[in-house]
Amino acid sequence: MAGSIHWPTAALVAVTMLLLWLGVALMRRSRRRGFISETDRATYATLHTASLASRHLADGLTTETAERAGRHLLSILGAHAVSLATPGSVLSWTGAGDHHRADALALGERTLETGRTVAHGPDDVACADPDCPIRMAVSAPLVSDDLVVGSLTAWTSYSSPGLTRATEEVAAWVSSQLALAELARTRGQVVEAELRALRAQISPHFIYNSLAAIASFVRTEPDRARELLLDFADFTRYALRTGGEFTTLAEELRNVERYLVLEQARFGDRLRVSLLVAPEVLPVTLPYLAVQPLVENAVRHGLAAKEGIGHVTITATDLGAEAEIAVEDDGVGTDPERVRAILDGARTTGSVGLGNVDSRLRQVYGDEFGLVVETAPGAGTRVTFRVPKFAPGVHAQGRPGS
Amino acid sequence: MSHPLSLAAVALVCLTTLVVGGLGLRLSRRTSDFYVAGRTVSPRLNASAIGGEYLSAASFLGVAGLVYGVGVDMLWVPVGYTLGYLVLLVMVAAPMRRSGAYTLPDFAEARLGSLPVRRVSSILVVAIGWLYLVPQFQGASLTLTLVSGAPSWVGGLVVMVVIAAAVGAGGMRSITFVQAVQYWVKLTALAVPAFVLLALWFRDGHPSPTVPDGWSIPLAPTAPDDHPVYRTTSTVLALSLGTMGLPHVLVRYYTNPDGVGARRTTVTVVALLGTFYLLPPVYAALGRLAFPVLPEGVRSDSVVLRLPGELVGGLGGDVLTAMLAGGAFAAFLSTASGLTMSVTGVLDQEVLRPRLARLTGGDAPGVRGFRFAAVAAVVVPYVVSRASEPLGAATTVGLAFAVAAATFAPLIMLGVWWRRLSTAGALAGLVVGGGATVAALGTTMATDRFTGWPGALLADPGLWAVPLAFATAVVVSLATPGRVPASTTRVLVRLHTPERVRLARSRTHD
Repeated sequence: MAGSIHWPTAALVAVTMLLLWLGVALMRRSRRRGFISETDRATYATLHTASLASRHLADGLTTETAERAGRHLLSILGAHAVSLATPGSVLSWTGAGDHHRADALALGERTLETGRTVAHGPDDVACADPDCPIRMAVSAPLVSDDLVVGSLTAWTSYSSPGLTRATEEVAAWVSSQLALAELARTRGQVVEAELRALRAQISPHFIYNSLAAIASFVRTEPDRARELLLDFADFTRYALRTGGEFTTLAEELRNVERYLVLEQARFGDRLRVSLLVAPEVLPVTLPYLAVQPLVENAVRHGLAAKEGIGHVTITATDLGAEAEIAVEDDGVGTDPERVRAILDGARTTGSVGLGNVDSRLRQVYGDEFGLVVETAPGAGTRVTFRVPKFAPGVHAQGRPGS
Repeated sequence: MSHPLSLAAVALVCLTTLVVGGLGLRLSRRTSDFYVAGRTVSPRLNASAIGGEYLSAASFLGVAGLVYGVGVDMLWVPVGYTLGYLVLLVMVAAPMRRSGAYTLPDFAEARLGSLPVRRVSSILVVAIGWLYLVPQFQGASLTLTLVSGAPSWVGGLVVMVVIAAAVGAGGMRSITFVQAVQYWVKLTALAVPAFVLLALWFRDGHPSPTVPDGWSIPLAPTAPDDHPVYRTTSTVLALSLGTMGLPHVLVRYYTNPDGVGARRTTVTVVALLGTFYLLPPVYAALGRLAFPVLPEGVRSDSVVLRLPGELVGGLGGDVLTAMLAGGAFAAFLSTASGLTMSVTGVLDQEVLRPRLARLTGGDAPGVRGFRFAAVAAVVVPYVVSRASEPLGAATTVGLAFAVAAATFAPLIMLGVWWRRLSTAGALAGLVVGGGATVAALGTTMATDRFTGWPGALLADPGLWAVPLAFATAVVVSLATPGRVPASTTRVLVRLHTPERVRLARSRTHD
């Protein structure tokens, strides 16, 4: 067996493999051609290019997105160059004849003023360079919310009614993409506003009850009263902090502890709490104020209305690539229909926190990561949710105050 | 031959693993006082867990077997295993933790924001995990055959079933405490017999072992066209860069609360591994004493297990053998479960869950996909371990390291330290490095026709494949500046800024 490789055999094998591969590739290609007509293929190609461009336009109109989308728009229009402009600046120039950028600004301004598609002849597009292919231009407005926000200009050597029509249609399509981007941005703003609302929404009852409980200790146990006041201060600082959508589970649980210490000052032995936390999941990143509203809900709706001792159990388990967090109480429970209405957003009174946490979790991680509520009248309530340990774009901010 | 005590030890280890797996969730301590902050996993505990998961059959039996069979050259192998953590400490530990990535594909996505790179990384994670599982199964079958006389397919099967059951049942996931205990079990199981045997050796007037020519001379060629210097350098490079690319290592780093914790953990790991690796050479030297020549048909991997029977004999020998066999099985189970967990996670997340969701219209419970994935994760390497010619545990592990070094090392090192890395460059580096090493190693495993330089280059591709992968990634990145992700600067700032520093930017716009 010993000895070197038999090179002729090896070469033969390699060449055979290569030929086979080529043959298979060619066969596949011809088969693909055979089934689909030329017109269909052109349509599919255009649709594909459009979908590529739309991916870039999803972030709105900036220099970067315009550069990237411009390439695909150029191949759809089949012109020599394509430029995108906003009032006052040319965002991108894709294709030949970069020295016409200044013209693009001027032509764009005119489109922005009139809001109409305009074809420009050689008079407008003056060029000293005899080799420059650019002699004509068609400029169409980009409209968003009834406002002209920019213009799309196609540059060619000849003008044709077809190009004018195509430019107009592509501009309309880009406009609709920009409207979608605007919608996505608005949705993000809504979530941010919801977070702000939640932040500002420390329940007045909680503040009143906490302060009353602290006051009751001032004379009898001044040290404990002081501790409680400090906890109260820390709790409000965390709940009202600005900046940072995300935090770690450890931070969030620490805040839950403060909250529970304050509630225990009020309820005394009536409130029993147990935490069952796998230490491995403490560094997990999750939306800020995702657990505390659930605990508050358990205490307020589950126990406050109940006679005797109430238990609240907070569990955090490691599920490999995900972590599961559960808040359970043995309180009075609720009608599942009522919870469903709250989660659907149909009902705004009662557990505002529950619906808010649910919608933020879904917004960040996707619909499969919402809240799961198990409850029935008289049977207690268990609220569970999962968070993936890693999700693109989700990072905890630095610890406040450290 | 059959050793009832050893069999009992093996059965005990398997049973403990299953029980702990079943009760795993309940092991997280229940507290009624709330001090969450003080309950994060300490670097020391986490380091023990890493040691418990990392020290595999290759370290337990393979290194001793290699040193016994080949000579002192092989002392470089444990050096390489430990060196990997030094590289990890200096180059990547803290930035990796700060990236927030849980798996290597996660890191690729966080750093480059590219789905193709993520997919290729996932494929490589599965491939490396499978390659690393093969020697675990082979070692298990070897151990069980030795202590019970059972056919060789039984041992691997036992490990496979135990692991699939434990992982599929939802236990053994990342219970740091259990893996930490595993490290100390392994250390004890290896250290106690070693000291007993050493004491006996002293009592007998410490005779010198008889060694073949060249055994004790470092880097001496054993054959005319052998290239020990190249082979050793290549192996050490592959081991030291491959560690960071092992799927089950990174997962543990996530448990550290921050970058500083990650560094502290790594320092402790280096100390723990250093302690552990003192022992296999002792066994190799004692083995040279007990067996000047190995009997026909006996693999050198089994030297450790045969030693007590030969040197002590009687009940004492049986007890020591039982300790070693139990420790070896603990090593197979802990490493295999960590790897299976990682491979299962990737298979479930990237392959099965999307398919299942589509097939059942989103109704499939997540657990079912996970269990299918767990079975797939162990069956494939078991079949490969039966089919492939046993190469020796440490050698096959070396192959997994070589692939990891030529694929993930460039991705991670350039990803952490080089801002001009483009998605195309990263992808090219992964494909070229992975393709080159897999082709070279596949040729080595399939045929032994190549000797001399071609043989050495194919059997130890680290020294040329790793620079090749780095060069490909760099050249392609420089050629495609347009494909450098726009988020590069932002990501790098996050990777390198200590957590104590609060960045002025309050919100990330991803």
